[in-house]
Amino acid sequence: MLPSHPWNAERASEIIAAHGAAEGATLPILHALQEAFGHVPEAAVPMIAAALNLTRAEVHGVVTFYHDFRRAPPGRHVVKLCRAEACQSAGGRAVADGVRTRLGVSWGGTTPDGRVTLEAVYCLGLCATAPAAMVDGEVIGRLDEAAAERMLRAIR
Amino acid sequence: MTATLYVPRDAGALAVGAERVAQALAAGAAARGIAARIVRTGSRGLYWLEPMVEIATPAGRIAYGPVAEDDVPGLLDAGLLDVGLLEGAPHRLRLGPPEAIPFLARQTRLVFARCGIVDPLSLDDYRANGGLQGLARAIAIGPQATVETIVESGLRGRGGAGFPTGIKWRTVAAAAGAPKYVVCNADEGDSGTFADRMLLEGDPFVVIEGMAIAGVAAGATRGYLYIRSEYPHAVAAAQAAIDAARGAGVLGAGILGSSHDFDIAVRVGAGAYVCGEETALLESLEGRRGQVRAKPPLPAHAGLFGKPTVINNVVSLASAPFILANGAAAFRDCGYGRSRGTMPIQLAGNVRRGGLFEAAFGMTLGELVDDVGGGTASGRPVRAVQVGGPLGAYFPRALFDTPFDYEAFAARDGLIGHGGVVVFDDSVDMAQQARFAMEFCAIESCGKCTPCRIGATRGVEVVDRIVAGTAREANLALLEELCTTMKLGSLCALGGLTPYPVMSALTHFPEDFRSGPRLAAAE
Repeated sequence: MLPSHPWNAERASEIIAAHGAAEGATLPILHALQEAFGHVPEAAVPMIAAALNLTRAEVHGVVTFYHDFRRAPPGRHVVKLCRAEACQSAGGRAVADGVRTRLGVSWGGTTPDGRVTLEAVYCLGLCATAPAAMVDGEVIGRLDEAAAERMLRAIR
Repeated sequence: MTATLYVPRDAGALAVGAERVAQALAAGAAARGIAARIVRTGSRGLYWLEPMVEIATPAGRIAYGPVAEDDVPGLLDAGLLDVGLLEGAPHRLRLGPPEAIPFLARQTRLVFARCGIVDPLSLDDYRANGGLQGLARAIAIGPQATVETIVESGLRGRGGAGFPTGIKWRTVAAAAGAPKYVVCNADEGDSGTFADRMLLEGDPFVVIEGMAIAGVAAGATRGYLYIRSEYPHAVAAAQAAIDAARGAGVLGAGILGSSHDFDIAVRVGAGAYVCGEETALLESLEGRRGQVRAKPPLPAHAGLFGKPTVINNVVSLASAPFILANGAAAFRDCGYGRSRGTMPIQLAGNVRRGGLFEAAFGMTLGELVDDVGGGTASGRPVRAVQVGGPLGAYFPRALFDTPFDYEAFAARDGLIGHGGVVVFDDSVDMAQQARFAMEFCAIESCGKCTPCRIGATRGVEVVDRIVAGTAREANLALLEELCTTMKLGSLCALGGLTPYPVMSALTHFPEDFRSGPRLAAAE
């Protein structure tokens, strides 16, 4: 299960200050904020802009460019399923279809009970043990429908 | 006598249960009252045998695999921990000496020589196995001779573009400006590739040493190692290794006691494939959207923060320590045509023996897929092979005589890219693969240039119309024209090379672009 903390402006300020002095600090700050809050809260955008002498539009542009940065909190668990060619060749499409059906959500969606967010990922570098997934940061390879079922049961 | 076991902590091994196996081995040894030390290594790259467990005997190591958690009690009962059994314990999972496994025995491991053997975070292990000799040599012979050694080696960029590495270094060395940077591109986004990940997890010091050599050669003092966020294990290993290297004086002020200063910071990507393109990566490092820059200026003249910058792939940089330590000729003397040295070829997807195969350039695609890889994992016939990631062409069996070489693949409208080979059996629908190539380009386009941003979306639609049988001939002509526009009009390789998988699928597998399902034929 992923840690999820409510918005805390003071904590956000600390994070921004801790990384703000680095060269090109935007991504390190955004990663650290997402680690703390599970997403990049909108309220942090003007704070980052002020700290880095950027416009809010520039920071917004960066947040929205990268697939990793979420603008809303995810479910309690995050399943990243690889959709790229090596996993496709090893039966990944069927596994992905099964997982989507089972969770009742599509890519980027969160189950209504807030339990699981399903995200597409394009390659985890586990292409010789495909199809692959990452669940709350843990890697899983050689997925088939039964293994995907076990994977989802473990985070019920 | 304490038994020494080796269990990989490589992400590919962890994904198939290596952590549980390591825990079961520790618990099992303790329960039997046997003293055992478990060294966590990288992977040898024989992924179909992972988790692969090795034990040290006086006659060398003995490997077992693939070991499941449930196999551990049986292995221990058979005498796994009895180091006196020089040929290993009698067990169905016994593989014998790992070096004798044909997949490994056929390789020429220059860059991956230590991967899977040493403790990745032990600088002592690294030194004991030849590490840091290249950097010491570079410092001894000086920047100019170091650059010339790399030029003479014939090393070309392993990220995909194949540009001569030494020429890049020479340009940065001659450029005016300070500070200069060395950027290591570990944004390995191509599906079917994992060489950078494996090396960063299994031998991170060789990447650090390579970056430091580039620093000495080009007169650069600051290094960035940009690793994609999909590789958390590589990020952790690289960070720990950098800290250890700094603590030992390999990085920092006066590296290895010389007058050269060089340090490295790790930066983590954020899920944008296009950041593997060097100028988009530089934008990302500067804290911006990962949008491609128009060239010129080249990064060598005006790169990171506008300063002269060496930007190379992980494997290119990690080749430098071998070249410096053993001389340019030792590297240049293996290879094929203008492709010198070795290439870590990654056999992936539906392949029986998937893994990393480092070999001199020149083996044919057929040898790699059929002999080394053993055909498909599913047991069905190999129908298509995508070489070089999502921007690489799909080759049919008819092109299996193509030697693994930059020019030979280019001559057949393909590319070797970063060395990924994804194998598909006869259940593949090539129209679906062509559609995916366009879809992927649309998802990952940085949006800077129109042919890529708009073309990819239109491409998906055109493929759909062809497959649906709507104005088929007209749409085939349109797809071809669209691909030409993308190829010639895109700023970078994303839009420029997406036509390769699309057109190769259409050229070599036209039957899949007729309406109606073709899967029935494969069943």
